[in-house]
Amino acid sequence: MIEIVFFALATLAIGSAFGVVLGRSPVASLLFMVSTLASVAGIYVLLEAHFLAAIQVIVYAGAIMVLFMFVIMLLNLGHEYQQDLKSGVWMIFAFLASGAMAGLLANRFRGAGDDPMFSFFDGANAIDAALAEKGAVGVIAEPLFTTWVVAFEITGVLLLVAIVGALVLAKKRVGQGG
Amino acid sequence: MLSYALVLSAVLFVIGTFGVLVRRNAIIMFLCIELQLNAVNLAFVALSRAIGIDGQVFVFFVMTVAAAEAAVGLAIIISIFRHYETVNVDSFNLLKW
Repeated sequence: MIEIVFFALATLAIGSAFGVVLGRSPVASLLFMVSTLASVAGIYVLLEAHFLAAIQVIVYAGAIMVLFMFVIMLLNLGHEYQQDLKSGVWMIFAFLASGAMAGLLANRFRGAGDDPMFSFFDGANAIDAALAEKGAVGVIAEPLFTTWVVAFEITGVLLLVAIVGALVLAKKRVGQGG
Repeated sequence: MLSYALVLSAVLFVIGTFGVLVRRNAIIMFLCIELQLNAVNLAFVALSRAIGIDGQVFVFFVMTVAAAEAAVGLAIIISIFRHYETVNVDSFNLLKW
């Protein structure tokens, strides 16, 4: 049953990802991207990462994609319906680059099923036990606020810098003709 | 399930790479970069199932960095659009070597 749901979500995610790349207008690409994010959030649920699934929908699909939508609307790009794929040498280069990447990844994954790395650790049972004990938020929150608390605080500074930087970059320069 | 998720993550990453390379619209290139980040997040979550919860914590940080990157990148795109009246990456080469 879980496999069927997984393959349905995976098909939706890959189809929508092609929609992002091949979409004719930026708005269509954006909506395909939201669909991909929602499918991946469903796969997070199947992988027992409930908190990340919620964050994926709320922050990624809800906030970041809306930011993209605001910019598309602000710049009035919604009616650009021409195909803007690169052509010629770039297309060949893109096929070669992504084909080489796919080949390397496929080569790595071919023996992954019996890779000792995946059978040696028994994290699944430990995570299930922790989920039952602390709940979906607690199981993330505890390492976040103990082991990784320095990284967490620095992330706050990073977000502040990003906000200030975005404001400085995007504001109109009064008197300089912007 | 783990290896299926890893394969899906690889496929999404390759599609994202292809999108970054072939599109001219800067906003769609950004969307494809988000797609790549998302593929990596999926690999982290799948591996955290086998190795430990730290992978999920790392996904949390990747999402934060993705939000910061989207904010700054879109500000740069707005700034460029003010100047050139387009978001087609063939039209501007200021950031190119």
